[in-house]
Amino acid sequence: MALILTPNITDPDGFYDELLAAHEGLDKDQSDALTARLVLVLANHIGDRDLLRLALEAAK
Amino acid sequence: MVAVRYKTAFTLYPYKKVPEQTGTPVRHPVVIVGGGPVGLTLALDLGKKGTPALVLDDHEGAGLGSKAICFAKRTLDIAHRLGAAQPMIDKGVIWNVGRVFHGDDRLFSFDLQPEAGHRNPAFINLQQPYFERFLMDEIRRVQSQGAPIETRGRNRVIGLKTHADFVTLDIDTPDGPYQIEADYLVACDGARSAMRDMMGLSFDGRMFEDNFLIADVRMTADFPTERWFWFEPPFKDSGQSALLHKQPDDIWRIDFQLGWDIDRDQELQEDRIRARVDAMLSSQTGEVPDYELVWTSIYTFQCRRMKEFRHGRVFFAGDSAHQVSPFGARGANSGVQDAENLAWKLDHVIKGLAGEPLLDSYSQERGHGADENILNSSRATDFMTPKTQASRLFRDAVLNLAGRHPFARPMVNSGRLSVPCTYQGLPLISADALDGPAATRPGAACVDAPVGNGFLLDLLGHDFVLLVLGGSTPPDMPELRLVHIPDPTPELAVRYLGGNSGAIYLIRPDQHIAGRWPGIDARTIRVALDRALGKD
Repeated sequence: MALILTPNITDPDGFYDELLAAHEGLDKDQSDALTARLVLVLANHIGDRDLLRLALEAAK
Repeated sequence: MVAVRYKTAFTLYPYKKVPEQTGTPVRHPVVIVGGGPVGLTLALDLGKKGTPALVLDDHEGAGLGSKAICFAKRTLDIAHRLGAAQPMIDKGVIWNVGRVFHGDDRLFSFDLQPEAGHRNPAFINLQQPYFERFLMDEIRRVQSQGAPIETRGRNRVIGLKTHADFVTLDIDTPDGPYQIEADYLVACDGARSAMRDMMGLSFDGRMFEDNFLIADVRMTADFPTERWFWFEPPFKDSGQSALLHKQPDDIWRIDFQLGWDIDRDQELQEDRIRARVDAMLSSQTGEVPDYELVWTSIYTFQCRRMKEFRHGRVFFAGDSAHQVSPFGARGANSGVQDAENLAWKLDHVIKGLAGEPLLDSYSQERGHGADENILNSSRATDFMTPKTQASRLFRDAVLNLAGRHPFARPMVNSGRLSVPCTYQGLPLISADALDGPAATRPGAACVDAPVGNGFLLDLLGHDFVLLVLGGSTPPDMPELRLVHIPDPTPELAVRYLGGNSGAIYLIRPDQHIAGRWPGIDARTIRVALDRALGKD
């Protein structure tokens, strides 16, 4: 299976809004920690090591 | 005396003394305060239906400056129904392509070119004074055929008193004050609405701490007819974002986002503006083209709305009722939709075809539209001007990825361009009984499609219509106008039937869909019609 790099999120503006709302009121360290936890949660959902490696490359 | 608050681009409704300035106050069915895009649309729509409309404005025409420049397809569809769209299209700049830059990088472009088979383009750029003039030209034309529309320039409302079933207005003119009465008053007098202040009504929301510089320049440059938007522009002193967009008459709209702590007077000095514009234009062409500064202005903006758009016999429409940031072209475009929504309801109530609850639905439906516009506008603004470290981090990550990966592009937000809102779920709209296309679900504005040598919207007109498509049998309802198309064009079938062999649509005078069914009897349609008239 290939890494999806075309638009795949329903209501992207709504998602973006929720993502930022989750960070509201946090200081930098808390915010970074939230991002790190979120990456791990999403990585676990994906599971596939090859896909995760592709995602790492895409983000670099 | 009526003081001049601003210069006008065109004289549209020169002051002329009328007999009722002396004697006892005359009662008018509908008085509209403000002869801008919203007030003139409302007057034209009412007048064409035969309901008298009197427009009062404290100036004699359209204010100077391009102001609103992007008019959306839905607005053009409304103007077309009212007979005023052709000169707008002829004069306007039709554009489809937008380009997004981040610093020196060209991230991506998008194409708004709608699917084929629509009369009107997705957008035209046209300076607001022209939009007002073309509406006024059509008002003059229908006046000459007896449409009951009256416009009075340099008539400033200086006092307002509400009663149970009418409103008294004190009006100042160059010949002194006089009084009139109105069964219904519609305040289309802009974001700083004097009517709203006179009634002591609040206008709450969120202020964005930012200043934007507008420079309209006239030049015969060889830039394409596209919307160019820069995040963190690479040219000198350009602020956090910049926009370049073409208007008619070789005029280009340039916007610079200057931030919050600026010296307004200093930034408005011509040499200062020219330095910015020079840097932007030369970054594209390598040299500074000859240009003339036509109009400059610094604005801040707010997203706010009145809680209710109806207060007894007084209605608020356009910027007087709700205000958004300019990103997304949701100001004038939503105001024109307010006018259209209110016109048929006032007309029905004044003619005795519906009761007062129909008028309450104006505030429900257009309040819903305002919320949607404020949400979109706030999101765009938050993306363009990240207020926290985290929001800047994600914004920059999205911009970074968008150049390489298409998935990030839908998250880039330099303004979500105005599309009409849907009234689904609100009281006048019947539940969806057809497993049909989402774009034409009940509550949506009718989507255009080719029919014969013309277009669907032309067949719908200004009244309730029953649209019967394909194999469905028209019910026996002589009281409703019927548009029966047994053999729809492929576009019409895709947009209105989906997988169904036939469908029946009940369509309101503002061309929003009130209900749809695969097939239906007259009794059920009467129930839906009553609901659409607020009689449910």
